[in-house]
Amino acid sequence: MKVLHSPHTPDGITTPAQGLDLSPRNKLLLEAGVLMGVLLLLIFVFPAVLSGFRLNLLGRFLALSIVALGIDLIWGYTGMLSLGQGVFFALGGYALGMHLSLQLPDGRIPEFFSLYGVTELPWFWRPFYSFSFTAIAIFLIPALVASALGYLVVRNRIRGVYFSILTQATTIIFFNFFNGQQRLINGTNGLTSFTTLFDLNINSAEMRFAIYVATILFVALAYVLCRYLTSGLFGRILVAIRDDEPRVRFSGYDPTGFKVLVFAVAAGLAGIAGALFTLQTGIISPNAMSVPFSIEMVIWVAVGGRSSLIGAVIGAVLVNFAKSLLSESFPEIWLFFQGGLFLLVVMVLPDGLVGWVRTQGRQLWIIFQLWRRRLAKTSLA
Amino acid sequence: MTLLFDSLFNGISIGTVLLMAALGLAIVFGLMGVINMAHGELMMLGAYTTFVVQNVFRQWGDPWRDFYIFPALVAAFGVAALVGLILERAVIRFLYGRPLETLLATWGVSLILQQFVRSVNWVLALRLGVFGLLFFGGWWLLAKRVDWPRIKGWVLTLLLVLSTAIGTVGGRLLAQTYALAVTQPWFGAQNRDVTAPRWLRGGIPVGQLFLPNTRLFIISLTLVCILGLYIFLQHTRWGLRIRAVTQNRAMSACVGIPTQTVDALTFAIGSGLAGVAGVAVSLLGSVGPNTGQNYIVDTFMVVVVGGVGKLLGSIVAALGIGIANFLIGSGTLALIFPGVPILTDTLNFFATTSMAKVMVFALIVVFLQFRPRGLFPEKGRTVDA
Amino acid sequence: MAHSLNRRQLIKMGALAGAGVALGPQLWVKHSLPAYAQGETIRVGILHSLSGTMAISETSVVDAERLAIKEINAAGGVLGKQIEAIVEDGASDWPTFAEKATKLIDSDKVATVFGCWTSASRKAVLPVFESRQHMLWYPVQYEGQECSKNIFYTGAAPNQQIEPSVEWLLKNKGKEFFLVGSDYVFPRTANTIIKAQLEALGGTVVGEDYLPLGNTEVTPIISKIRAALPKGGIIYNSLNGDSNVAFFTQLQGAGLGPDRYPSMSVSIAEEEVQAIGPEFLEGHYAAWNYFMTVDTPANKKFVEAFRAEYGQNRVTNDPMEAAYIMVYLWKQAVEKAGTVEIDAVRQAAYGQTFDAPEGLVTMNSNHHLTKYVRIGQVRSDGLFEVISATDAVDPLPWNQFVAETKGYACDWSDPTKGGRYQV
Repeated sequence: MKVLHSPHTPDGITTPAQGLDLSPRNKLLLEAGVLMGVLLLLIFVFPAVLSGFRLNLLGRFLALSIVALGIDLIWGYTGMLSLGQGVFFALGGYALGMHLSLQLPDGRIPEFFSLYGVTELPWFWRPFYSFSFTAIAIFLIPALVASALGYLVVRNRIRGVYFSILTQATTIIFFNFFNGQQRLINGTNGLTSFTTLFDLNINSAEMRFAIYVATILFVALAYVLCRYLTSGLFGRILVAIRDDEPRVRFSGYDPTGFKVLVFAVAAGLAGIAGALFTLQTGIISPNAMSVPFSIEMVIWVAVGGRSSLIGAVIGAVLVNFAKSLLSESFPEIWLFFQGGLFLLVVMVLPDGLVGWVRTQGRQLWIIFQLWRRRLAKTSLA
Repeated sequence: MTLLFDSLFNGISIGTVLLMAALGLAIVFGLMGVINMAHGELMMLGAYTTFVVQNVFRQWGDPWRDFYIFPALVAAFGVAALVGLILERAVIRFLYGRPLETLLATWGVSLILQQFVRSVNWVLALRLGVFGLLFFGGWWLLAKRVDWPRIKGWVLTLLLVLSTAIGTVGGRLLAQTYALAVTQPWFGAQNRDVTAPRWLRGGIPVGQLFLPNTRLFIISLTLVCILGLYIFLQHTRWGLRIRAVTQNRAMSACVGIPTQTVDALTFAIGSGLAGVAGVAVSLLGSVGPNTGQNYIVDTFMVVVVGGVGKLLGSIVAALGIGIANFLIGSGTLALIFPGVPILTDTLNFFATTSMAKVMVFALIVVFLQFRPRGLFPEKGRTVDA
Repeated sequence: MAHSLNRRQLIKMGALAGAGVALGPQLWVKHSLPAYAQGETIRVGILHSLSGTMAISETSVVDAERLAIKEINAAGGVLGKQIEAIVEDGASDWPTFAEKATKLIDSDKVATVFGCWTSASRKAVLPVFESRQHMLWYPVQYEGQECSKNIFYTGAAPNQQIEPSVEWLLKNKGKEFFLVGSDYVFPRTANTIIKAQLEALGGTVVGEDYLPLGNTEVTPIISKIRAALPKGGIIYNSLNGDSNVAFFTQLQGAGLGPDRYPSMSVSIAEEEVQAIGPEFLEGHYAAWNYFMTVDTPANKKFVEAFRAEYGQNRVTNDPMEAAYIMVYLWKQAVEKAGTVEIDAVRQAAYGQTFDAPEGLVTMNSNHHLTKYVRIGQVRSDGLFEVISATDAVDPLPWNQFVAETKGYACDWSDPTKGGRYQV
């Protein structure tokens, strides 16, 4: 199979802001300023404008945007299309879900165990009594699973479509495993009916707002992390791997380590996202590992614009809002729109919304320049 | 001995279904490097075609009703191939060289096809028909004008809006006039029943075993398809061209092979095979909007294990996966090693259908450690996989 | 390349225009409607999967609910107002169910919600309804072991379907059972109950196996059945959806007919028989509260109305009937309470009776219905011959065969008792 290099993919690192002559340092400051502005907007303005229901949705979608950042890292920058991020998402969700399910009076075990005649807490549940363990497990377990899987796959130079298919098969495997183990983790129903965290009621308005703010902060942190990883030498190597892996290898770098590392980071991010999502929806079930959900995740990034971190966040939030609104307005036929969106984005907007804005912005800028020049000429004459 | 034969037969039964489903996928993937996520939905279309043909033949009564399966095979091949051809011409051809994007776009197509069979009724069909006729007809007529390139943009936008509007209004009117007769979905979201002809029910007892007729039929169908495909690829002009393009696209184009036509043809044949697989599947299971979804991941595994470009790879992979699935899932393996308690316990833990899949996947990952490019990889010094 | 660029732009514009044409009016209409409190209509939510794997079963339940609402509206509505149904798609995805439930309650301010099919979806929306003290009507037979103040269950509890069917089998068909189910909570719990019950009543379980939802490769299971029951025996089947089709076609293909291997199904109703094909199921058994062939005047009316609305080839089944009657029960409760206010309606619902297609049903203070248990045998036309019917059976949400819940009951009319108290 021949991989043709897609000529349309822009270099993911430089943000073209032609006409604005900024030093790298000032550019960074500008970006930080914009980031702060968006944060303040999200924390202070949106809660006042949106209804409680929509705000809660926004919180969830922002949690999902953390997965999207991870996918952008591995797909947009490194060229590994993982169709299995749902697995890592769910692992993070389950880690937190187990902790939340254990918020019980001493000696009692979660209620669902009684359905299957289990009287003693399974051994692997015990560490999740501790919040600090849970907090680490949320990103470490997915990262470790990803490293193991990534190492086995990447080591053999399995890439491209093969990599995608294998990650997709992974979702089925984990799905079957979690779905089938009723006695250990409640199977299809998943973990649900959470009530408290740190002895506070998670359904109270204050706590919901606190979770919302926490989600925003995590998105910001994840963004900064991805920004850091994609700039500098590390980021350049990732892009090089995407564009021509053999050449990277011939230049004396071993791509395996980089790919495994970046896959693990993306998985860790997915885990954090899963935990935040679980906290806000109140349920984590094997459905999070279903094939369609993981593909949807990729679509968020594709819509927003891959190899643009902002694009990933925007894509995740926009697509999910669109999905919510469409399925509310057309409950019977909204799949048409979703399918159409997939097609449209891939065919017409290969660089996503951000890419489209960039190219259109550039064109507008050129038109504006021409117009100014002509204006200057006519005024001279 | 009985155990061995029984396992072998059941494993092959599972394997041949996988193989039928994977065959089309494998040749398309081999030729174009494209993974078609809508492959399952093409199977679904084949299954629905079987349903329709069956109903037509049922009306004609005996003896026709027992032989619908053969015209159904042809019709399913035709319908799926046609849809596949449209898919290739309208979508995939613009995405060559971007396999990952193709994957996502075809996923979108699969969603649309699923929803289509759920909600298609006369109104929707009419709307689509009117829209297509007006839009593409108008396009075709107006494209003859001299100043076409200049007016193209806004004329087409106008056409689009107009034909959508006319289609919608027409649909509304139709729905109001005839009510239920036209608004009732053709298939609906419910599963539909394809009944195997009488001569396919029951089975043949062989000693202590019982070989179901449907399974035997599917096995022979698979054999026929493989044989047909083999003859087509090895002994016809177009087969030769397909093989040439599979091996070296650039060189083939240089010597005058119309690679675009070859692509379209291969895709249509691959899709048609999916349709035939749909007929087979409809004999075993249900015909519903999700029919295809259940097969996609398994068939992808066949392609991965089998490797690219060789029919033999797919055949061995499908049968291997089928037999492994059966041996683990039915607990037969545990019977083979009765003496070792730890081994039996582990095997019994995996001896359900869902856990067997977990085990088989683990085995596939292990297998890929030794043969990362499948059973029969292409020979040669290609750097890119 | 210029050519393709143009086409791209064109598709872009076209898609935008198309979306505008399609979306514009609908969104406008949607948001200009009043909320139930001030308006001319009373809003209710309908929350089922219209896409995904569960759409197969749930869409017809939506049909039944819509029919009931249409009939009520035609007869003058509730409290003099028309009922307006807001339909949401749970998309066979449990978090989506929770999201849509929140939306129905918080944004649409519905008076009640009719919805859900799978236990997982019910469990997912449960916290939503409990934290808002709202009301869900749930129309499907389920595994029990739940009794929420915020849910009314109009399908069968285990003692109204599973337990009587096992007793009937023991009495009439034999003592050796093979349990087959889909891999999710209902079959697993049902089989836990059956095992406990068989142990108490002197039957044996010779094997059990589970298929992932949607899986159609049943060859290993059939091999197991043949190995475990070489001379024939009972197959107790709680497979769901697609898997049933594969299971029964291949069961027949393998020569295991209902004469030696009678099967009792708890998830196969008239719709599923149509999908599987009657010729594969003829002679097998199913246990439900309602069959389309039940001979009551109410049922005759129901079937006729349903067919007039949705087509003469459609069939009705137990969950559809339960969905149909729950809309009426809610309406009666609202009329008794004189308001749609949740607490008042809940109190008014206790003791409501309705002349349902299956017979006269009563809503108990444990939020479950008193129902009739029937065993049906599949006929060649795909409908069921009712071969055994009981008197009305009172529901027991907490299972009396499972050690943890033995001796517990539920009563929401008495504040000191609540959802789980020891008798």
